Amino acid sequence: MSGKGIRIEGLTKRYGRGDTAVDALKGVDMQVAPGEVVGLIGPSGSGKSTLLKCLGAVIEPTAGRMILGDEVIYDDGWRVGDLRALRRDRIGFVFQAPYLIPFLDVTDNVALLPMLAGQPNAESRRRALELLQGLDVQHRARAMPSQLSGGEQQRVAIARGLVNRPPVILADEPTAPLDSERALGVMRILNRMARRFETAIIVVTHDEKIIPTFRRIYHIRDGVTYEEAGQGRGFD
Amino acid sequence: MISLAGRDILHAWGKFVFTGIGLGLLIGVTLTMAGVYRGMVDDARVLLDNSGADLWVVQRDTLGPYAESSSLHDDVWRGVRGLPGVARVANVTYLTMQVRQGERDVRAMVTGITAGEPGLPGWPPRLVAGRQITRGHFEAVADVASGFKLGERIQIRRNAYRVVGLTRRMVSSSGDPMVFIPLRDAQEAQFLKDNEAIRQERRRTADNPAFNRPGVPGLLDAVINSQSSNPYVNAVLVQLAPGHAAATVADSIRRWKRLTVYTRPQMEEILVGKLIATSARQIGMFLVILAIVSAAIVAFIIYTLTLGKIREIAVLKLIGTRNRTIAALILQQAIALGVIGFAVGKITATFWAPVFPKYVLLLPLDSVIGFGAVVVICVLASVIAIRAALKVDPAEAIGG
Repeated sequence: MSGKGIRIEGLTKRYGRGDTAVDALKGVDMQVAPGEVVGLIGPSGSGKSTLLKCLGAVIEPTAGRMILGDEVIYDDGWRVGDLRALRRDRIGFVFQAPYLIPFLDVTDNVALLPMLAGQPNAESRRRALELLQGLDVQHRARAMPSQLSGGEQQRVAIARGLVNRPPVILADEPTAPLDSERALGVMRILNRMARRFETAIIVVTHDEKIIPTFRRIYHIRDGVTYEEAGQGRGFD
Repeated sequence: MISLAGRDILHAWGKFVFTGIGLGLLIGVTLTMAGVYRGMVDDARVLLDNSGADLWVVQRDTLGPYAESSSLHDDVWRGVRGLPGVARVANVTYLTMQVRQGERDVRAMVTGITAGEPGLPGWPPRLVAGRQITRGHFEAVADVASGFKLGERIQIRRNAYRVVGLTRRMVSSSGDPMVFIPLRDAQEAQFLKDNEAIRQERRRTADNPAFNRPGVPGLLDAVINSQSSNPYVNAVLVQLAPGHAAATVADSIRRWKRLTVYTRPQMEEILVGKLIATSARQIGMFLVILAIVSAAIVAFIIYTLTLGKIREIAVLKLIGTRNRTIAALILQQAIALGVIGFAVGKITATFWAPVFPKYVLLLPLDSVIGFGAVVVICVLASVIAIRAALKVDPAEAIGG
């Protein structure tokens, strides 16, 4: 279970050095509470992907703080030791395309993360099936990813993101390939799961269909974020 | 933890199996090449074993009778027979030539054996059909590899021989089947010329005043007679009496008869170390090239398979998969490909080896060595793909 969601303060990221240096992030502040789903919106080149990679512990910020639950991850050049384990145990990812492992069936795609963390196979699969049931895809548990529809694949990807009960899930354009009905269905699931597991979910999107569903939205432009109250009610 | 490599192989089994079959055929060729070399060595040993000799007495300072030509007078055996430690001796001739049977001809090593009884050195030690040679002329015993049948008539030079017996695994060091005929016939066959050549030779001799002296009647006939007969053999084979050391008897023959004598180990060294040495190096080169080609193919296949999984590898790394788990995925697939290939190669080599015209000997030890080499090659070949996989940035899964 999560503690206090995710909080970043003054996060900056500089690429290159000297005259050619580019500041992709210029002191970004952001806070997402447990159980909350916020949108992150910005045009191409705004620093959206860089922010997502910093939040996902894929790249290290140049400065600033990031606190995940109760744990400080970055603090002005200092970072936590094992980013790989952090990504595995404390951050969930949902991508634009589901990117399921094509040679694993649905259950093992979801169960892979706890297995990688050293959980026994049976326990990992039990947790995976529980989640698949919650996402209403338990009937495809033995299917291979290529046998699923786009919506089913995305629900399995969400289950994979949730299986280790991370305090934060980063969703990168999760509804882009889906029609309106399915896109709203995915958002409904994300909101439900956020509340159920007290997970902070950050959804990076351009998708006009789902923007109205957010209660809070962060706009990012030229490496700086602006917070805005959304119109949505979060599928209460 | 589940086996990612195993799951990937099961998922794309057709790709792995067909690739493994392709690789397996290459491995089969490699095993067969090794088998060809082993067969040549075995042929050489069998040739020596089946000759029944303990010592080979040959022309002085030659490596005869198999590796070089050797010529001895056919009465040398009498002197050798009288030396201490010698139990039995026999003249022998070897001549590799085309033996005709009807419309076809077969390359064979025609062996002239001394008249006597089975067990004499040089005689085929066992028959699979028919009987040994009992007449002094125009009978033959042939190796079954020649394709000759009992009762068939075969043509050697101008004479026809009836096949009265068949033997097995009697081949030259080159793999040519042996055809045994009586010694006198073989001596004639070695030097027999066509009628026109004989007439020309006689005319030249008659025109030579040194041989055709009016005052010496009978000289010309004696010279012509000596020209038309062949009193030479290629070697004298010696069987030792019990309790006598080969080296001691060989020394005795060298000292008293001034001939070159080889013991069994020396003759084996000549056949294996000299006669087939070039062929062995040739095959060795082939094996090295095939190993390199196999490694390149495995490396290319594994690299291509890995490139096809870059996105999945990026996702795996993003969600926290250890580098060693990803490396193991690639390594296990490379080894699995090698194992499939080796199994296919071993089976195909076993099935096609008997079809080869030369003896192919597939030794279990070679298979074990081959399997080890395949695994090592697969491990080395996977290094490039593993390096590529470990370079994949997990950020590629996020995009941007």
